[in-house]
Formats: sequence, C-alpha cells, structure tokens
Amino acid sequence: MNIHEYQAKELFRRYDIPVPEGRVVHSDEQALAAAEDLGGERWVVKAQIHAGGRGKGGGVVIADSPERVRQAADRLIGNRLVTPQTGSDGRPVQRVLVEQAQEIAQEFYLAILIDRVSQRITLVASDAGGMEIEEVAAREPQRIVRERVDPAVGLLDFQCRKIAAAVGLKGTLLPQAVKLMKRLYRLFRDKDALLAEVNPLAVVAGDRLLALDAKMDFDGNALYRLPDITDLRDFDEEDPKEVEATGHGLNYIALDGDVGCIVNGAGLAMATMDAIALHGGRPANFLDVGGGASPEKIANAFRIVLEDANVRGILLNIFAGINRCDWVAEGIVRAIRDQAIEVPVVVRLAGTNVAEGWMIMESSGLDYLRAEKLDDAARKAVEAVKGAAA
Amino acid sequence: MSILVNRDSRVVIQGFTGQHATFHATEAMAGGTNVVGGVTPGKGGGSHLERPVFDTVAEAVRETGANVSGIFVPPPFAADAIMEAIDAGIEVIVVIADGVPVQDMVRVKRYLIGHDAIIVGPNTAGVITPGQCKVGIMPSHIYRPGRIGVVSRSGTLNYEAVEQMNELGLGQSTSISIGGDPINGCDFITILERFEADPETDAVLMIGEIGGPQEVDAARWARENMSKPLISFIAGVSAPPGRRMGHAGAIISSQADTARAKMEALAELGVHVVENPADIGTTIHTALAGR
Repeated sequence: MNIHEYQAKELFRRYDIPVPEGRVVHSDEQALAAAEDLGGERWVVKAQIHAGGRGKGGGVVIADSPERVRQAADRLIGNRLVTPQTGSDGRPVQRVLVEQAQEIAQEFYLAILIDRVSQRITLVASDAGGMEIEEVAAREPQRIVRERVDPAVGLLDFQCRKIAAAVGLKGTLLPQAVKLMKRLYRLFRDKDALLAEVNPLAVVAGDRLLALDAKMDFDGNALYRLPDITDLRDFDEEDPKEVEATGHGLNYIALDGDVGCIVNGAGLAMATMDAIALHGGRPANFLDVGGGASPEKIANAFRIVLEDANVRGILLNIFAGINRCDWVAEGIVRAIRDQAIEVPVVVRLAGTNVAEGWMIMESSGLDYLRAEKLDDAARKAVEAVKGAAA
Repeated sequence: MSILVNRDSRVVIQGFTGQHATFHATEAMAGGTNVVGGVTPGKGGGSHLERPVFDTVAEAVRETGANVSGIFVPPPFAADAIMEAIDAGIEVIVVIADGVPVQDMVRVKRYLIGHDAIIVGPNTAGVITPGQCKVGIMPSHIYRPGRIGVVSRSGTLNYEAVEQMNELGLGQSTSISIGGDPINGCDFITILERFEADPETDAVLMIGEIGGPQEVDAARWARENMSKPLISFIAGVSAPPGRRMGHAGAIISSQADTARAKMEALAELGVHVVENPADIGTTIHTALAGR
C-alpha cells in the first residue's frame, strides 16, 4: 500500500528523521498562506500523487515569492498531472506540499527494501542522488552499495558507517547518517514496510542531512496490525473497480482487451490470459476469484467484468480444488439470469464436483458455450468475440 | 519413493479444529494420509476426527512421532506456528495460510538457519505424493501415481498441468506448490535437488510465473547438477509490467521479470520450454521420448 510524500514525511518526523518544514494544502489561497507562514525566500511546491517521476511531469515547482507559490498551486490543484509513471491520462492532483526550498550541497540516494534474493531487509545507497536508481543500476552499478540486515540482531551501527563511508559522507555527517539510517530502519520494521526510499537525501546549509523526498510502500498483508497506516490509504489513488472487487474478495485488474476473464488462482488466471492471446484474442482483465467462491461471489465477478464496456465475451475457467464446481455453476446461472448478459459466455469447469457443476449448467436451459479444456475454452472465447464483433 | 512426503509420513495438523483444516484433513485421511494428530492451543487433551489434539507441536511430536506438519492457522499466527514446528523437529512444514506478512517470513527464514526442516509455502496448495500422502488443499482425485515430479508456484495451474499429464498417461511422483509469495519457505532449487536424487522420478515439470529470478536461477542450477529432463512453463506472457498479478511475487518490475525473457533464458539453459499452456502435457511427453 502506497502513501503520499507528505504522509511519509509525517512518519519520518515521528521517528526523528529530519525533513524540511512544510504544509500540505488543498487550495491556492492556502498555499499562499503556507508560504508566508513558513517564511524564507524560496519555496518548493510539490504535487501529491502516488506516481513517481513528478519532477519530469512538471509536478515540482520552485517559487521565489509567495505569489508564485500561489500560482503554482493554482496550476496543479484540480488538474491532472502526467508523469512517466502515470500513463497518458495522468492522475488528478488534490493537494500540494509547500516547503522551504533548501540550498543543496550534495545529494544521495538511500532506501530500505526487502531483497527477494537474500530474503533479508536490505539498505541500498548511492552517491548518485536525485536520479532514477534503476538508471544508476543499469549504467553505473559500482555507485550502488548494499548492506543486508540479519533479523536476529537488526541493523548495526557499523553497517550504517560502512554505507555512509562508501557514498562519501564524512566528518560530522557520518554520525548523522548513522542515526538517520537506524531511525529509518526502525520505522521500516515497526510499520511492516516493503519500501522506504529517500531520494534525494541531501546535505543542506549548516552541514545537515535532510530527507528532501520520502516514499513508502507497506505490506497489505500486515495492515491488520497497523491501524495508523491503514488510515493513510487514499482510495482516490486507486482504480475504483479494483477497490470494489477487493471488497467482494476478488482480485481484479483491468486490461485493454475485449475477452473478459473469470478464473480461480493467479497462476491459472495468467495462463488463461496467455491462452487467449495465443489464439489471437486480447484479455480484458485479470480476475482471480480465489478459493471457496460462493455463487454470490461468482455473480459479482460477472458484474464487475461486464462493467467494462469493451467486454464482448466472457471466458470462465475454474479448476476447482478448494472451490466447488456446483457452487460456481449456481453463480453462473444466477449471473446470466439476473444480469441479462448479452455477450457470449464460455464455461470451462474441472476438478471438485465437476459432474454436479455441469448438471446445474445443463439443466438451466441457458445459452452458453461449454468447453472441457483450457485450449478449447480460449479458442471458443476468441471465436465468439470475433463473431460478436462481425 | 517420492520426495518430501510418502506413506510413512506422520502428519500433524496445526490449527486442527478449524473449518478448513477439518475439511482437508478428513479428505486427506480418506485418501490414506497418516494424520496422527493435531494442535489447537487450549484444546489439548481432547480429540478431533478420532485423533488426539495437543496444545503444542512439541507434545504432538513426543506423543505421536509426527514428522510432517500442515499449517492451517490464520496468516497472523502462521510465522509463530512455523517456528514452533521447526523447534519441535518437524522435517517438512507445509504452510497453507495465504497472506502472511513478508517481514514475518524474513524472520522465519532466519530462524530456519541451522535446522534441517523444509518449509513449503506460505500461500501454497501443498504437497501430494499420489496414493500415499497429501498435505494441502488440492483435489487429490486428479493426481495419479507416476514418475514425473511437478513443482509450481501456483496451485490451480498445477492442477491444470496434472490433468493434461493424466490424459497422456503421465502420473506424478510428487507434486508441490511452493507458493506465490515474494519470500517462499523453499525455492525451486531445493525441490529440484530432491527430485534429481529420487530414483522414482524420471523428469521434472517446473511451472513458474512472471517476477523474480527464481526460475532462471533454478535452470542455471539444473544445467550443472541435473541429469533428468526439466520442462518448464512460465505464466504471464500477456501480463502488463508494473501490475501485480494476484500473487504478491507476480509483478514485472524489470525486463528480466517478463515471461518472454524468462522463457528465452530457460531455453538457453537447456530447459524444455512450453510455449502454450495447453501443451504442458505434450511437451513433457516429447522431452521423455527424446532422452
């Protein structure tokens, strides 16, 4: 679960990680007041959206008067910001963060993440601050240093010193860096983060280290023990249909094709999409109904898939283990009856209670295409969609 | 033979008296699995499904000689349950729970160092040696005894492959889902090592997905260490980058994570790569014929 920069900086403050003074505001008037309140001569106005690449998209503006701060906020708030990570539609900006601009002497990159290869929490740092770390990794991998944390003892001081020394943080900056890394690690551990990224971590006037940006991602599976983090979730940043699907226990991701997919299990769902593509079709979505799907859940899956106006046919592929084909069939029958479905529906059932499932389908008298195998199902669905379009 | 579990396995179920555990333990027992007891803290001394219930895994091991555990406790309690099983000396630990926090698994993997246990999962359909022992939630009636080892991340795609294999008369020595989480209890290599050493396994099917380096690492290991044919399917050719496809681990975050890049890397390492998910069975057949 991602959060906004201003929210991440609030968390940083709670953990005594130094961040610039700032105010989050929802209007240009508030922005003007914030700049006057903060004081100083230069300010930075930062659009608050979850996507990265805001600088490249014009979402980070330096202003040299409170009036310019107001103008920047006016231009950003209420409009859509397009960045390299948002797609061409961009994301709506509802608020901006106004901060005092800093005199930057040096910039670094610092992140804590979970490394899948070592299966350890890992610190990553570089002296190439302010740049995309992926680009640094591709072009100058020697500029990236890592320290893996042994969970039995946690992040140790010497590891922080190694990182600080490797990126060139010397003198009074070294102990500051050690403190900052240890506090960031504590935050990462306390709040079940998957990523905590500071880019750039800057040396500013007075030889002080300051986190100029803050990005955090949290483990959705741990939210049950993190009520304060759960409260930070911004549903406006998420696809409303995906949120609705989650509420029904379905895992739905919209794609841009026309064959709607309803499948159990993420692996089989991907393979079903692949089979559709191999037959020259294009999947309209990824949808995993999960285990123990009730008739109601299946009916909800149909409804969510059909809300996509591009869908010209549906392929339902269930290989039941923990699921039951008879329940699934009841859900299909209910959906076709209640939702007046006009597009062709291809059904493939296999596994637990498959005979009972087909019995329910056959005795329903409804119009659908039966398939026994994955390949057959994908072929029928692609043909049906092409036939419907012709 | 077989790997991880067989007719001699003595299975304890953690979270025994819960609804899912009861259903799947009943099914496994009907299929011949030797469930020797269960653990539900606070219900020790009682019995369930005509088997003794214990408060701790240590007691269950002491009283029943259990050496395999199926963990059916909810995700928030899974890490503790796994470490309890490790501590009690359980050899194979199968974690069904879906939704275990990643940092919990980081600690579990640290705790595992110095112990010989193998953890399968979390977020797994489990392990089955057809006709002998099942610890998991898969529909056991679709599996047939045979000589092909199957290892997958996904559960349902494992079922799909097995159905295709059955049609061609190819049964399974043992079938395992290692789970779809970013940090698994065991990786593909751990399983491939055992299949290579198993005299009753002739070839291995490895079913992977987009995301992470696991499949390619396994193929690299296999090229150096495996004499048996390795067949592989990678799901997600049609998946877009940056979106997490159900499994927490199934996300394309770099070029090497795409299904296409993985398939090419596997083919270069001598793996028989399945192009179409409908051809999993026939590709195994061809690989065996070509030996």
